[in-house]
Amino acid sequence: MARPSPARESTASASTGWRIAQVAIVLSLVGLFAWLASNTAQNLHSRGIMVGFDFLWRGARFPIAESLLPYDPTDSFGWAFVVGLGNTLYITLLVIVLSTALGVVVGVARRSSHPFASGLSAVFVDTCRNMPIVVQLLFWYAVVAFGLPDTDHASHPLPGVWFTDRGLYFPRLHLDGPLLPGVFVLVVGLGWAWTVRRRDQRRRTETGRSPHAGRKIVAGTLVAAVLVAATTGLRPSLEYATLGRFNYMGGVTLTPEFVAILVGLTVYSTAFAAEIIRGGLDAVPRGQWEAARAIGLSEHQTLRLIVLPQAMRLIIPPMTSQYINIMKNSTLALVVGYPELNFITATTINQTGQALEGVGILMAIFLAISLGASWLMNLYNQKLGLVTR
Amino acid sequence: MMPVEAFLRQDAEAVRPAPALVKRGWRKLLFGDVASSLLTVLISLCALWAVPRVLDWAVFDAVWRGNGQACFDAGACWAFLGAKWPLILFGIYPPDQQWRPIVVVLAFLAITLWSLPERNWTRATATGWLVVIVSSLLLMGGDTLGLQPVPTGDWGGLPITILLTVLSLTIGFPFGILLALGRRSEDRMMRWLSVGFIEIVRGLPLLTMLFIAAILLPLMLPDGVTFDNLSRALVALTFYSAAYLAEVIRGGLQSLPKGQEEAARALGLGRLATLRFIILPQAIHAVIPPLTNTVVVVVKNTSLVLVVGLFDLLSAGRSALTDPDWPSPYIETYILVGFVYFVICFGISRYSLWLEHKLSAGVQR
Amino acid sequence: MSRRTRKLLIGAFLALAAPLAGCGGSETTGGAQGEASDGKTLAAIKARGYIRCGASQGTVGFGAPDDKGYWRGLDVETCRAIAAAVFGDKNKARFIPLTGQQRLTALQTGEIDVLPRTTTWTLLRDANGVNFTYPNFYDYTGFMLRKDKGVRRVQDMTGASVCIQTGSMPEVTFADVSRKYDLKLRPVVFDSVPATRQAFFGGRCDALITDASALASIRATQAQNPEDYVIIPANDEVTALAPSVRHGDDQWFDIVKFAFHAMLMAEQLGINQANVDEMRQSRDPIVQRFLGVEPGNGKALGLSEDFAYNIVKQLGNYGEMYDRNVGKDSPLKIERGMNRLQRDGGLMVPIGFY
Repeated sequence: MARPSPARESTASASTGWRIAQVAIVLSLVGLFAWLASNTAQNLHSRGIMVGFDFLWRGARFPIAESLLPYDPTDSFGWAFVVGLGNTLYITLLVIVLSTALGVVVGVARRSSHPFASGLSAVFVDTCRNMPIVVQLLFWYAVVAFGLPDTDHASHPLPGVWFTDRGLYFPRLHLDGPLLPGVFVLVVGLGWAWTVRRRDQRRRTETGRSPHAGRKIVAGTLVAAVLVAATTGLRPSLEYATLGRFNYMGGVTLTPEFVAILVGLTVYSTAFAAEIIRGGLDAVPRGQWEAARAIGLSEHQTLRLIVLPQAMRLIIPPMTSQYINIMKNSTLALVVGYPELNFITATTINQTGQALEGVGILMAIFLAISLGASWLMNLYNQKLGLVTR
Repeated sequence: MMPVEAFLRQDAEAVRPAPALVKRGWRKLLFGDVASSLLTVLISLCALWAVPRVLDWAVFDAVWRGNGQACFDAGACWAFLGAKWPLILFGIYPPDQQWRPIVVVLAFLAITLWSLPERNWTRATATGWLVVIVSSLLLMGGDTLGLQPVPTGDWGGLPITILLTVLSLTIGFPFGILLALGRRSEDRMMRWLSVGFIEIVRGLPLLTMLFIAAILLPLMLPDGVTFDNLSRALVALTFYSAAYLAEVIRGGLQSLPKGQEEAARALGLGRLATLRFIILPQAIHAVIPPLTNTVVVVVKNTSLVLVVGLFDLLSAGRSALTDPDWPSPYIETYILVGFVYFVICFGISRYSLWLEHKLSAGVQR
Repeated sequence: MSRRTRKLLIGAFLALAAPLAGCGGSETTGGAQGEASDGKTLAAIKARGYIRCGASQGTVGFGAPDDKGYWRGLDVETCRAIAAAVFGDKNKARFIPLTGQQRLTALQTGEIDVLPRTTTWTLLRDANGVNFTYPNFYDYTGFMLRKDKGVRRVQDMTGASVCIQTGSMPEVTFADVSRKYDLKLRPVVFDSVPATRQAFFGGRCDALITDASALASIRATQAQNPEDYVIIPANDEVTALAPSVRHGDDQWFDIVKFAFHAMLMAEQLGINQANVDEMRQSRDPIVQRFLGVEPGNGKALGLSEDFAYNIVKQLGNYGEMYDRNVGKDSPLKIERGMNRLQRDGGLMVPIGFY
């Protein structure tokens, strides 16, 4: 008995039973959503809950412990959201930079033949990856907020630096006087150094010699800029933190909350970054190392010029999702009291009762960022002709 | 044109000895060049500075037994853990009923150990899991078994962590399969629905999802229908597991050659039968190691439920710290809690590595 | 940053949020609602067999389980009084611990029937889906500090770090006080009550701000040495902590109100747990009416005629409840002060039972 080819059947016309099943699934999902939506509408109505985004313009009145953007309780709820997003992005970017740098160190150390380096980094990676990030954050918070001495017995490792259970205090640099002349010298000098460097690079590809004129110009510029600034009357001064009645005041303060989220998230993310980088390096065939050595490149040069560029193609896609994970994990700042977007949304919902709106904004922001990032990643992959798995 | 023979070697290559296995000695490894020597000295100095301090705190100045008073102005307060471990491991479950969570934990431990070797992956084992899960829930609750009823609000510690992990994975798994199939379906509607669900869930922080479940779920259900905190957290965790499992399973589906489906269809198997007997068994078998890794992720994630007021292992540890008779040994408590998580997660990830090794050895014939 | 830049940034933020959140315009649903639901709550509770009460996550004196898991406290007994009124049994109440964030939603969504959980009565809360019944405790917002800091009033606190729990009214009071006296207070904000308290006792903050009643409870139960701490008022505002019910069921609203007023009235009439049986023989028509000897009150509320008798018999009057949980017979030892009957110079006014 002749049968139609199965492949054709599956692409063109599916059997009616299958079709009905699919329609049924879709319909029941739509029904479910409609049911949930009607429940919500009903509940909102019967409980007299106000809906709308008017509250965004009302005064927030609640305090935010610390923020990158200026904030005062007289600002609006809308601005509080922006401030929260600012903190989220701030901590995310800091951790991305730090964990990538440290991840390279740990990842390379793990592959090194030095027994101490590889052993330590293996222990580090396994420990950090197998404990929940929340536990680690609370641990670091306990170390800073309950482990350091109190204000009256501050630890004083360097002049102008105090470590207490209320935070880490550093001097703040103030510049008084005209800033422009020094900056002008700096910009001109660096611009010149950049053009010289471009020229030298071109010359190196042609002649093989590598002059280092650019570096000398940079050094000269720095000296010149400082001299010019000093002669035109720019006076730097350090503002030290001073002990007030309750706390050290002034200077730069890193609160225990900030330190805990920064250290905790960086340590955790470093372990993951290190594994990704190690995976990328491992995937570069051994022959590449050997060939590079054969043409006379040093180990450092091999890593920088031969292996890393190849490993990058394998490292970048998982690193992107790792970066999105960092942003998602930054919401855990809640447990150590650092006010990021999720925390501030929770507070807003509490103060206003506008749960639907708050949750909607929160979801929209996080989805916009993470879906946007993966969309960019897809573009990048298409450009490189890579396939993400 | 030259004859081909010109390129062919006429004589056999002389047999050369295998290159000697260079075994560099410790001295060479530690002090082979300037960089290694510097590293060695640096690490040794750090160790010399840190190790005595840590030892002093953790061992020599530590308080091993006694009450809270002994712990003031001393090193690590291990006595606190000695006094509080039932509270940390089992939360505020009524103390005279604590044999119940202990039995639950032991039952899960036993069935997990039993399921490790490949030869025990049978239908009977699956049924065993089901029996353990259901009877654990009944035993913890107690009303149906005629024991003292304990509301879910009083459950706590390790059983919560285990139950949330196991339940979210077992409930999430079938959904994960459906989503993975939907994502690869030819029907545009199904594909969009699946992709939409997976990407939204994966795009949101789990904390935000728990928060949404805690706040919005009650608003979306009709009057009078309520969920307790545990079920709400479970809903969020299940969504999360389903989306992540779906992506893993999709990897398995993608790894299958198209010929498998075509051959099955050619043999006259229907679509469902093809899926059930040919595609899914192979696809899932191929991704068992990454599935095991997902378990690690979910175990770690259960610790987030502390933000919705559930007493899992971590929050139980935190609440133990409120006793004013003790000087709140935070670091010791978090070390204990972290260690329990570490044992579970490290164990599973090692198992996953071993499995990967073993399974791939079986495939590459 | 200028206002204009801010508006722009908020606009950009909203644009980012718009694709998903942009649906709800600006409208108000509700207003005068609850047409058909009168009596529904009571019927549902009777069918269920117990009352669901929102409870705190452990504020000794107001609501916390004791060693045996039995819930005790002023708020808890306010709820038990309702159970006594409805079922004639104070133990037909179950307590659901809620975080500050969850409590109002839990009430709005019907997870609980009544919320007696040190919740401050404010206009926005009242307008937004719940009805506050009547204050069961008058309170003020306070700072707790170590005595050795030498702080006597708020103005001495310049530059202090203050631990705050988010989602509470004191969070707003904190900002107002700091601004009013230009104190440059440093907020340290946590999402949960335990985290806030631990941070305070761990030395992260100089002060802890919350309701003075809760501070007294924390000091009595969680400080290593309660005498080391002092509580000072944050402002001269009186806050009213009141049990609330959700909109839409006026009968239930009335029941909750009068279950509490029964305790006040009992104190006013000199009826207590010990003499209530004796008082049933009283010839005073007001007492007769109150205890249901002369019928009418119960029927009007949809309860049995002896509901007030049951409350007093099982829980005593307000004074007894106060002393037992937060007053002189408790570890908290909070002065009766504002919470005395109006007759005795306080703010508590029993409403007529006729």
